[in-house]
Amino acid sequence: MPDWPYILAAVLVSAAITWALRALPFLFISRLRESELLPHLAAVMPVGIMTILVFYTLRNTDVGTNPATLAVAAGLAVTGALHLWRRNAVLSVLGGTGVHVLIMSISS
Amino acid sequence: MGMAFGVLIVQAGLEWWWGPVFAAVIFAGSLEFLVLGLVTATAPLATIAGTAFLVNFRHAFYALSFPLHRVQGRGRRAYSTFALTDEAWALTSSSVAQGWSSRRIFALQSTFHLAWVSSVTVGGLAGNLIPDSVVGLDFAMSAFFLVLALEAFVVRRSAPLPIVALVCSLVSHLLFGDGMLPAAMGSFIFLVILDFYARRRRA
Repeated sequence: MPDWPYILAAVLVSAAITWALRALPFLFISRLRESELLPHLAAVMPVGIMTILVFYTLRNTDVGTNPATLAVAAGLAVTGALHLWRRNAVLSVLGGTGVHVLIMSISS
Repeated sequence: MGMAFGVLIVQAGLEWWWGPVFAAVIFAGSLEFLVLGLVTATAPLATIAGTAFLVNFRHAFYALSFPLHRVQGRGRRAYSTFALTDEAWALTSSSVAQGWSSRRIFALQSTFHLAWVSSVTVGGLAGNLIPDSVVGLDFAMSAFFLVLALEAFVVRRSAPLPIVALVCSLVSHLLFGDGMLPAAMGSFIFLVILDFYARRRRA
């Protein structure tokens, strides 16, 4: 288990960077308007970054013919299908996680 | 989502009160989930910093439409920039909101802040009651990022983007294992910038 000074440092670093990203651009609004690359990046980055994060959180899945792989595949499929159907984030996450937890808990 | 995050904090083995600390101090939903994941993997602080920058990069553009000029007083202006979340921005970037009072904007942002911290706290306390036989709750993190990816995908409808991102992830994982994030995000952004200039040269 990581020690608390490290966790606190991680929280403070994340908070400082987030606040800087939210506050500093108010000082450079005109330059922000002139740039062509930055708005393009902001539009294109989220889908890629979030895809990378899905992969990252699942990176230690033992892929093969086992319950863990089935649970991940079913969880992703249910989350995706629910979301395309209802566009309700809470419902999609709860549904997908529920299916995943069910398969994992039964098989463990 | 706040409650789910509170539950995950406890499931990850942290004390429940870290939940409200994350929620109050970072106050950026998707990053809080991710920092929890990075902290449990004891990722270097530099990786956490880089990830925070890339995950929240979109916030830099909220300055273009958020009515900060309406907010009175140094303290409130500072708080307004701190609490400039996706939700706060979505509600204040309309043309109607450009005429809102300082007090109204502050009330809106602080209500969001309080609601988020409360729901994370409730989730953390409830998380202590979940029996050990229930496993796999951390999948909520993956499901949450998948939802955010789908939301972003519906806006752009570009199939190559997620595929390129997956390839960057796979290669980075093969090369760096648990330390894959900087390489995956860096290579993805490098390719996006390369593509941007290649298109501009052709146009």
